[in-house]
Amino acid sequence: MNILVALAAVAGLFVVGMLGGVLGLGWIFGVIIPSLALLLFVGGMVAKVMGWSKSAVPFRIPTSCGQQKSLNWIPHSRLENPHTPLQAAGRMVLEVLFFRSLLRNTRAELVDGRRLVYRTDHLLWLAGMLMHWSFLVIVIRHFRLMMNPVPGFVSFIEATDGFLEIGLPVVFITTLTFLLGVSILLYRRLTDPQVRYISLIGDYFPLFLLLGIGLSGVWMRHLDKVDIAGIKELMVGLFHFSPVVPDGISPVFYGHLFLVSMLLAYFPFSKLTHMAGVFLSPTRNMANNNRAVRHVNPWDYPVKVHTYEEYEDELREKMVGAGIPVDKPLEKE
Amino acid sequence: MSKFDEPDYYKQDELLQIDTKPPKTSWMDTPVDFRKGTYIYPGKAKNLKVVDLPNPREWAVEDIDWSLPEDWQRIVLEGMADRLVKYRSFKVFMDTCVRCGACADKCHFFLGSGDPKNMPVLRAELLRSIYRKDFTAMGKIFGTMAGARPLTEDVIKEWFYYFFQCTECRRCSVFCPYGIDTAEITMIGRELIGLLGLYVNWVIEPVANCFRFGNHLAIQPHGLVDTLEFMADDIEDATGIKVDIPINKKGAEILFVTPSGDFVADPGIYTCMGYMLLFQELGIDYTWSTYASDGGNFGLFTSHEMMKRLNAKIYADAERLGVKWVLGGECGHMWRVIHQYMDTLNGPADFLEIPKSPITGTEFKHARSTKMIHLMEFVADLIRHDKLNLDKSRNDHINVTFHDSCNPARAMGIFEEPRYVIRNVCNNFHDMPENTIREQTFCCGGGAGLGTDENMEMRLRGGLPRGSAVRHVQDKYGVNQLAAMCAIDRATLVTVCDYWAPGVQVTGITELVANAMVFTGEKKRTHNLRLEPIPGMDIDDDDGMGAEEGASLDE
Repeated sequence: MNILVALAAVAGLFVVGMLGGVLGLGWIFGVIIPSLALLLFVGGMVAKVMGWSKSAVPFRIPTSCGQQKSLNWIPHSRLENPHTPLQAAGRMVLEVLFFRSLLRNTRAELVDGRRLVYRTDHLLWLAGMLMHWSFLVIVIRHFRLMMNPVPGFVSFIEATDGFLEIGLPVVFITTLTFLLGVSILLYRRLTDPQVRYISLIGDYFPLFLLLGIGLSGVWMRHLDKVDIAGIKELMVGLFHFSPVVPDGISPVFYGHLFLVSMLLAYFPFSKLTHMAGVFLSPTRNMANNNRAVRHVNPWDYPVKVHTYEEYEDELREKMVGAGIPVDKPLEKE
Repeated sequence: MSKFDEPDYYKQDELLQIDTKPPKTSWMDTPVDFRKGTYIYPGKAKNLKVVDLPNPREWAVEDIDWSLPEDWQRIVLEGMADRLVKYRSFKVFMDTCVRCGACADKCHFFLGSGDPKNMPVLRAELLRSIYRKDFTAMGKIFGTMAGARPLTEDVIKEWFYYFFQCTECRRCSVFCPYGIDTAEITMIGRELIGLLGLYVNWVIEPVANCFRFGNHLAIQPHGLVDTLEFMADDIEDATGIKVDIPINKKGAEILFVTPSGDFVADPGIYTCMGYMLLFQELGIDYTWSTYASDGGNFGLFTSHEMMKRLNAKIYADAERLGVKWVLGGECGHMWRVIHQYMDTLNGPADFLEIPKSPITGTEFKHARSTKMIHLMEFVADLIRHDKLNLDKSRNDHINVTFHDSCNPARAMGIFEEPRYVIRNVCNNFHDMPENTIREQTFCCGGGAGLGTDENMEMRLRGGLPRGSAVRHVQDKYGVNQLAAMCAIDRATLVTVCDYWAPGVQVTGITELVANAMVFTGEKKRTHNLRLEPIPGMDIDDDDGMGAEEGASLDE
């Protein structure tokens, strides 16, 4: 059910975008909506991050995944159990760029009906790496359509990405790896009974959205061969705040652009905020140096405790009887 | 005929029929099945009153009406709003989960039960669905379609059930790509239902005891003296050494704090005897405290505030007694509190000095602010400097494995110190498989206030991954003892091992150390601290406890 709703939503959005193109609503679907979406994305993410930052970090609670720093002859695991902010930054780099924690993933299995074994399971890590890294390269490649002249690094990445030189126009590696990554993620979500059980519409929707964006892109580049000059004119105009809407741009482009706009607009209100959230995760971004450097809780307040005086007052007689030293002597009768 | 709170009641074959197929109904439409053996009894009113907790009353989990306060919804939602501002962890963890499922089969309770709500991701969704409904735009607009649901009494019951089916072990957090820590979720979840007066007695009675008497077990000062004297007698029987028992001694150099489980529970008491022998042999100037007679802190399982209230006594008594620094015994969650919370909660401890070993002169700079070190750090340093006279062969009849306790592992990272110590006091040591130790260690199934008997089924199920790993090294290497530096482990793993790996005994590390130590002026060591004959040691034949199987005599 959740799957169908998400799929229908994405298909519907694509059709709406195409219709916009067919009906000649280029200004709305090519300029106004993408601009609003980008605004919503930037504003929404800034607001989200500000919101998180406003919440306090009362305690230093890193998850330690390696040997602590203690005695100097015991090798300390700097990246798995950072002791300084710099080491914690190193841990974050591994986490953000290489999904370090997912690399630990295992799959538990009960064999012979009683023995639990844990097999390495890198599929999720692989799919995640393929999808995210390919997506980044694809976004950079798209700068070609937004900038004039095309910056050198964009051309370089493009050339590298297309080094296989298969097809005309050249098939980019990341096109394939992106679609593969998204497909594996979708496949996992559909076939793993546990993952399927926890999946919400909000889990399928972004996957279908990415798939729709990818496939419509492939359609435009390799099947439809759209008017690239017109598209570039529109995009460059958009990013230079002097929008123009050339005639004759394929409706598929408007479908593609509308899905991208929806992704941008949806981003800050969804689980996709994990992109920024990972940087603020207290179990990962803090150094585990608790006993060396005191952490201060900004909202700390005094609490009611049972003081030693109260304790001794209640138990003095028994303490004296047992020969335990007391602060105040027993009162003589 | 055994009852549901006894391990024998459960047949292994039946427990091992773990159905991982999710129910046909969506999790939001699947109510909790309060089956005897899976939940814990409510906190008694008298205990709530001791520590001024809200809505004290007598109630039962089986009751339809849990007699919540009239405006309970407002209380919970305001509590959530408050905590979303106070804890960035809570807020970020509510927002960033992508439900990738990497955590799903990392939880011992899921592995042992197959219940999807024991997947960490779904445990968090129990709370997250309410967060969405009342705190996010998507949830307000799209409701169920966005994974939101209204806050009903059934939700509260579900929270009570599943937040007391989590041991806050943090294993899932190791595998989560965003470090989402279910311990945080569970701690906040417990705080929220706590606002309604929903506690479990196995947590809140120790809390009340600890508040009033300084330890979870309500051992009064004279009782502690008796207990330690009783142990001293056994120590003398085993070793011929008479140990001093310094209590509330002003001006001592070191305050020693350990979990109160070490005072009464078998086999924790042998570890406690080990502490006393070790300190006696070293001749260090230390003291016990009756007021700070528990390093353990069930406040951690109640609320951040309660943790602070119970923890305050350690620094307070360190200051009153005028010690220089604090040494902590073998405990799990106590070390989470000491390492990650104490200095923030009740510091700074300016009146103390940086811990420095009086024997080796080593300064423990990594504890320069908190001024408290772990006994295994202290002992590892002693052994490194060759300050202990050890005869490992006394432990030759033992084949030991080491259980990393959750909190020292994942909220501290003390992996090598205990292993170094064990290797130096035992000739036979074998680690369990790598996916079950160190940062990937499995919980005993009874931490975070779950170690009682009425939830025995869940304890056995939750103990399966650990038990299975112990069984593995038992079969492969002939392991017959499991060492754990945690008082809860020393209580709960006895049950787990008896059930899943029968024949494996549980011990603390200091017990192994003391059994291997050669003390100045000791008598001929024929019995260990449990007063069991040590195989291979010369025993007079006429006392009826002849040396066992092929014993070779060293002397």
